[in-house]
Amino acid sequence: MYSTKIVKAENSSAAVQAIGSSKEGKILAGGMTLIPTLKQRLANPDCLIDISSCGLEGVEDKGSSVRIGAMTKHAAVAESSSVAKAIPALADLAGGIGDRQVRNRGTLGGSVANNDPAACYPSAVMALDGTVHTNKRDISADDFFKGMFETALEEDEVIESVSFKKPEKACYMKFPNPASRYAMVGVFVAKFSDGVRVAVTGAGEEGVFRHSDLESALSSNFSEEAVSGVEVSSDGLMSDIHASADYRANLIGEMTKRAVSS
Amino acid sequence: MSEGIGASVKRKEDKKFLTGKGKYTDDINRPGQVYAHFVRSDVAHANIKSINTKAASQAAGVVAVYIGEDVAADGIGGPICGWVVPNRDGSATHEPPHPLLAQGKVRFVGDAIAVVIAESVEQAKSASELVEVDYEELPAVANLETASSGAEIHEGMKENRYFDWELGDEAATDKALQSAAKVVKLSVRNNRLIPNAMEPRSALAEYDDLGGSYTLHTTSQNPHLARLILAAFMFQIPESKLRVIAPDVGGGFGSKIYVYIEEAVCIWSSKKINRPVKWTADRTQSFLTDAHGRDHINNVQLALDESNKIIGLRVDTVCNLGSYLSAFAVAVPTYLHGTLLSGLYDIPTIYTNVKGMATTTAPVDAYRGAGRPEATYLLERTMDAAAREVGMDQAEFRRLNFIPKDAFPYQTAVALQYDTGDYEPNLDKAMEMIDYKSFEARRSEASKRGKYRGIGVSSYIEACGLAPSAVAGALGGRVGGWESASVRVDPTGTVTVFSGAHSHGQGHATTFSQIVSERLGIPNANVEFVHGDSDKTPFGMGTYGSRSLAVGGVALSKALDKVVEKSKKIAAHLMEASAEDVEFKDGKFTVAGTDKETAFGDVALAAYVPHNYPLETLEPGLEETAFYDPMNFTYPAGTHIAEVEVDPATGVVEIVDWAACDDFGNLINPMIVEGQVHGGIAQGIGQALLENAHYDENGQLLTASYMDYCMPRADDLPSFKVECTNTPCTHNDLGVKGCGEAGAIASPPALINAIINALSPLGVSDMSMPATPETVWRAIQNAQARAAE
Repeated sequence: MYSTKIVKAENSSAAVQAIGSSKEGKILAGGMTLIPTLKQRLANPDCLIDISSCGLEGVEDKGSSVRIGAMTKHAAVAESSSVAKAIPALADLAGGIGDRQVRNRGTLGGSVANNDPAACYPSAVMALDGTVHTNKRDISADDFFKGMFETALEEDEVIESVSFKKPEKACYMKFPNPASRYAMVGVFVAKFSDGVRVAVTGAGEEGVFRHSDLESALSSNFSEEAVSGVEVSSDGLMSDIHASADYRANLIGEMTKRAVSS
Repeated sequence: MSEGIGASVKRKEDKKFLTGKGKYTDDINRPGQVYAHFVRSDVAHANIKSINTKAASQAAGVVAVYIGEDVAADGIGGPICGWVVPNRDGSATHEPPHPLLAQGKVRFVGDAIAVVIAESVEQAKSASELVEVDYEELPAVANLETASSGAEIHEGMKENRYFDWELGDEAATDKALQSAAKVVKLSVRNNRLIPNAMEPRSALAEYDDLGGSYTLHTTSQNPHLARLILAAFMFQIPESKLRVIAPDVGGGFGSKIYVYIEEAVCIWSSKKINRPVKWTADRTQSFLTDAHGRDHINNVQLALDESNKIIGLRVDTVCNLGSYLSAFAVAVPTYLHGTLLSGLYDIPTIYTNVKGMATTTAPVDAYRGAGRPEATYLLERTMDAAAREVGMDQAEFRRLNFIPKDAFPYQTAVALQYDTGDYEPNLDKAMEMIDYKSFEARRSEASKRGKYRGIGVSSYIEACGLAPSAVAGALGGRVGGWESASVRVDPTGTVTVFSGAHSHGQGHATTFSQIVSERLGIPNANVEFVHGDSDKTPFGMGTYGSRSLAVGGVALSKALDKVVEKSKKIAAHLMEASAEDVEFKDGKFTVAGTDKETAFGDVALAAYVPHNYPLETLEPGLEETAFYDPMNFTYPAGTHIAEVEVDPATGVVEIVDWAACDDFGNLINPMIVEGQVHGGIAQGIGQALLENAHYDENGQLLTASYMDYCMPRADDLPSFKVECTNTPCTHNDLGVKGCGEAGAIASPPALINAIINALSPLGVSDMSMPATPETVWRAIQNAQARAAE
């Protein structure tokens, strides 16, 4: 990697300030994507801003939602009794990310801010009608994810926490890429009193997306049969050496069925 | 408890490796050491118009920057080809030069163009980015099927073909095909693999300007061979002026047999700048530049008579050997492949033609099994297809065609003579282990759960113990196939074994000690094992082709014979008896019919403190060396049976059971053998389900990291049931055959046959490797679409 400097920020405003005073500063959360990128010399930031001491860790039950600090590790979410009680599907999702080492370093905020098209967390944020809380504002999930590796975050903005609405029922079904174990298709189904939300990760050319046909079918009839009645189109889905768009479309239907029936 | 032959003693070397105390090439550092980093081509095929190294030369920490012209000016040659074959028209294999650094042209992504040497790795990498290369791009030749009509890769080499070789009787085989009651035809592809040894390749070269000699630490499976090639063929320096040390080496699987350009560049530059030069590959370089494996297309025709007996076999193969001819690239698809096409079967006539093609991809060479997995795959897939087509049970069709037990020694139609074998017990045992007869009940039960269950058989043979030198030489090999061992008995009776074989995971320190323990009656802990240093060990050919025990172990046995013979003479003197009357057992010498005895340690002491010793007729000391050249190959064989369940909704294959029954002859350490079988099967499952080196049409390797290249992990694998039968090898003293490659050879067809068997009710009759979920799902979709028509 290229040499760089590390600044330890004490709170999120200090982090934002540090970004402002650097030429090409990068926030270092868990570093599970950033560090390998640096090691391969694919990025050359002049400054890394470490936000591990900004007090952004923890899980808080807010009644109708659960609010999780941006720097909360995947392992902490997976093991949190309040998450397990309020939204077990979210704990399951966190427990299935990467491997043990990744789960003990990687963070919710890092994953959401990076918006990798094959990451698990963005589907939970979308399906659970989440809100991304930054140092400046609250951004709804539907407005936050802007396409592959793109988000609504501005230069001077740091994610502080993410809120997830408690569903009546939810399930995340991941079909992992056999090599990377990222989602080749991941479907998060969340049933609320006013309807069902279905978010798909790993498959879309523009990253995570909500599947409106599946949502309307499941909102009127929450069953496997309802899923079978939906023709999942391959339009807009990724094709790569691991899976064609066709196959991903098949997996979206299949993973949705499994999520509904679990 | 015995620690000798046949005991499953724990591996001596594991404490070191499991606690991270191994000492690998990259762990070794020399005073004044600098670091090499290679500027590599990022295009598959191009003429180099110019290279500008000025900025790189002036960058921080840079000691030197060299390009191909500098190598040429010093007259240093590139790696050589260790085996060639004649073409069908009588001409020779085309052996194009492989320069250490590109000479005007690059031929694959990863081809080395320049080397930057600097005070630190990071400085070398940073300066490398400043080297400017101006390319005139040429069309990539990345597709094996169309390689013959692709752009010319090597000057004057027609149709990008290195060789066009044949073996067997074409006329007789074609006649058998014409007269056959049934001809089974199949085209299979053996997918390309990347070796992925745990330790990346590394080299550390040091020049001693006082003695004019070099020391190279390197990741080699055969340090003496590397020394011979580097000194005599590439550098043309006295061989004695180069010491090659392969310290702990973390896996090779074939990929560390060969001399690579990086080692040579380190040696060359260490003299030029008179400082030790180290290079260690990162994982990306390993993916791009380690010699890959497999990559065949085989067209098979199998002729059967009315009673379903095989009467002939024809196999036409094209194989991808990549951009340069690696050391044993020619041997792998020819003499290690064509000669195995008879498998375990009595086949009266066989013909094979193999065309070795160049492409603008990494060189391809031996990878665990090397030619034999390809032969076994095409044959066992065809046997399965044939059984299906004639409506016979897959196991019984094999049994019908096995070479009968009483037919040995058996001369195949493709040059080899199998010394011994008994194949039915392996088949029977494997069937019993997996409860073959109740399979249909399990299939029905699975189908109630919506799963397709299948069972697949693979019966294999391999030729191991490479190699009888005269045979290898007659067939185009340029090296010998013998192995050596020295046994040094210390005055106190402890022993050090110096072996020409090389352990890079196999456990030689344990198994070779067991042989000594068995023969000399001393504890395993009293035996040390030295290998991997051309200054310390007798000249050896190294480790590959399941040869360490079958050749190197036998050399050790012969050296021990000499030690015992001399010891008996010393013991006879000490006991005042005749040497012919002295017996040696469990570490004690006795005289028949008397109560006289003397211990091995006393004899050893007498040899070095010869106060009471027959000096007039016997030299003092107790140290013996033996070289052993095998009479024939050894022929491990066996049957593996895989059982799978396929989820039709996703195409996911779950391996639910695996039975392996192998005949490796006598076993030295059954636990290590079982481990080798496990590892081999894991690699075979990797090939069958997960691994694939994927080049796009521009010759870019799309699977150059673990994000895209899928290695098998523990949770991809079932619990294996492993058993052995034993028909000892008839022509070596230990009766051993070798076991390192068997699992990787046997397993891919067992698994693919099982998947086809599972899906055959749907009309699926073919499946390509790797059988990824999408590949399987698509086969199901296509079969269902055909059924609906």
